[in-house]
Amino acid sequence: MRKISTLLFVALIVVFGLFKEASTKENYRIAWSHYTGWEPWEYIRHSGILDKWAKKYGITIQLDLVNDYIESINLYTGGTYDGCVMTNMDALTIPALGGIDSTALIIGDFSNGNDGIVMKNGAKVTDLKGRQVKLVELSVSHYLLARALEMNKMQEKDLTIINTSDADIAAVFASDKDGAVVTWNPPLMQCRGEKGANMVFDSSMISGEIIDMMVVRSDTPESLKKALTGAWYEAMAVMNGKAAETEQAITYMAGFAGGTIDEFKAQLLTTAMFYKAEEAATFASGSKLKETMEYVRTFSFGHGLYGDATSKDFVGISFPDGSIMGDKNNIKLRFAADYMKMAADGKL
Amino acid sequence: MKMRISLFKGLHAEPPPWLRVALAVLPFILFLAIYLFAAEIRHQENPQDKLLPTLTKIALAVEKVAIDPDPRSGNILLWQDTAASLKRLVLGVSIASIIGFFLGLNMGLLPGIRGLSLTFLTFIANIPPLAILPILFITFGVDQLGKVMLIILGTFPLIARDIYLETSKIPTNVVVKALTLGASQFGVIYRVVMPQILPRLIDTVRLVLGAAWLFLIASEAIASQDGLGYRIFLVRRYLSMDIIIVYVLWITMLAYAFDIFLRLLVSWLFPWYSAGKKD
Repeated sequence: MRKISTLLFVALIVVFGLFKEASTKENYRIAWSHYTGWEPWEYIRHSGILDKWAKKYGITIQLDLVNDYIESINLYTGGTYDGCVMTNMDALTIPALGGIDSTALIIGDFSNGNDGIVMKNGAKVTDLKGRQVKLVELSVSHYLLARALEMNKMQEKDLTIINTSDADIAAVFASDKDGAVVTWNPPLMQCRGEKGANMVFDSSMISGEIIDMMVVRSDTPESLKKALTGAWYEAMAVMNGKAAETEQAITYMAGFAGGTIDEFKAQLLTTAMFYKAEEAATFASGSKLKETMEYVRTFSFGHGLYGDATSKDFVGISFPDGSIMGDKNNIKLRFAADYMKMAADGKL
Repeated sequence: MKMRISLFKGLHAEPPPWLRVALAVLPFILFLAIYLFAAEIRHQENPQDKLLPTLTKIALAVEKVAIDPDPRSGNILLWQDTAASLKRLVLGVSIASIIGFFLGLNMGLLPGIRGLSLTFLTFIANIPPLAILPILFITFGVDQLGKVMLIILGTFPLIARDIYLETSKIPTNVVVKALTLGASQFGVIYRVVMPQILPRLIDTVRLVLGAAWLFLIASEAIASQDGLGYRIFLVRRYLSMDIIIVYVLWITMLAYAFDIFLRLLVSWLFPWYSAGKKD
């Protein structure tokens, strides 16, 4: 009996200690998942750049790899993480619609061929008519398909959509002699490599619409936002350089992403990285972003992602120039250029 | 002096009927209270919280999936999904039961069959089917066949091994006696032993149904356009816990209903089997 009560007592102290640590909030937790444009985060953690910047602003930042993209966003939305990498569409439909006031802190890149539609026995988008198309439903792949169909005067009901997990999509495509899939890299690369596979549409045809960014809770302090932005652009400078360091960084990222250096470099070519903070800030402040978000929210509302909301104006999206799309009193997604500008001006 | 019989504590406790009902309900009430308390706290912080929906939101979700037709397809989602999933589940478990039963029965009685298949079956039973998913797709495709095969491969080894063990427990003298009385070998297997094992099959199916549901949901996550698992994985994309909770409760109810049905089936078909058993 005494042993048990001692054990209980110890357990209680441990649990209490954990709560205590969580409540002091000097430590921030950021989640990321595998994608070409996000691999620099692992390099930032591994090389000590993150710790350096965190120290500069007097905080600690814990960067966790979550092996499942959607799960990482769900964990962020649920409150486990203070920030997480995600696309513009998922930032709107998961955290913002879930009532979490989120800020798109860093625009890392946009997909410029990293997402695509690949099919066998067909060479153009109109050949998809009447076919079974496998994709992760309600994801950016679905959005890409919707945009491709729209550009070719087709509708979703002209084909059958089959929800397929991104983990299995390449294997499924390989085994299906009449396959058609919409997916992103790295599985896209595997699908394109299949015999008889043609890429009939890719994200470079809707350039700048699938945006990959670092999103943080809007109520997190300046110090976190500054530290993350500073660390990111230090890594970008390394990647964009010509020094031996650059090659080392790329090698490390390629290895961590689970591919060869050539594969990783090929994927970087179809990823329009914003290596310079200036370019990213300009992109965030441009009118093209508003146009894109209008497409994205119309798609999301039309596909039922807004749940019970009766209009696509239910949630507000704010832009760096101060303009607001949707409900002014319910702004949940904020595109901010100020931190990227600070990085560009060397004020971090 | 009259001994007081404890209502709750100890080995000799005899809870009266009202207390039994109350005890059965108590954990549910506690669970619900904890859930509602946590949901309330989260909603105070963020009225749009999706992680722990309130009862009102869950009720709205029920209306959306089980009563109102879907605006995009015009079907009532819950029924459409249930029909698709049950078809796969029943097909898979039935085929697995037939294979498992006959294999187990013959293995238990015929040393030749046992020698041929016992080691291999033990080997097969230890392969986690989810780990070889890509091989399964390439072999059987991702359509109905692939899904049903996953359920079959996941459940038949369990059934076969359990039936084998049960058959091995049949005393040798029963078999010898039947043979002495002039039964054929075929007659011994299918007219003497099989009727004794049949109720065990239903009991085994009750146990493997849990695993069958797991494989069903997993197979629907891979590639599909309807089914209970499909919907759960789809709405998970935008953290629609209200719909997920409705579906999970529905799956639990279906599984529970199956269990009761099979239990009643045993006691109706084989009244001698459950006599004297606590259930």
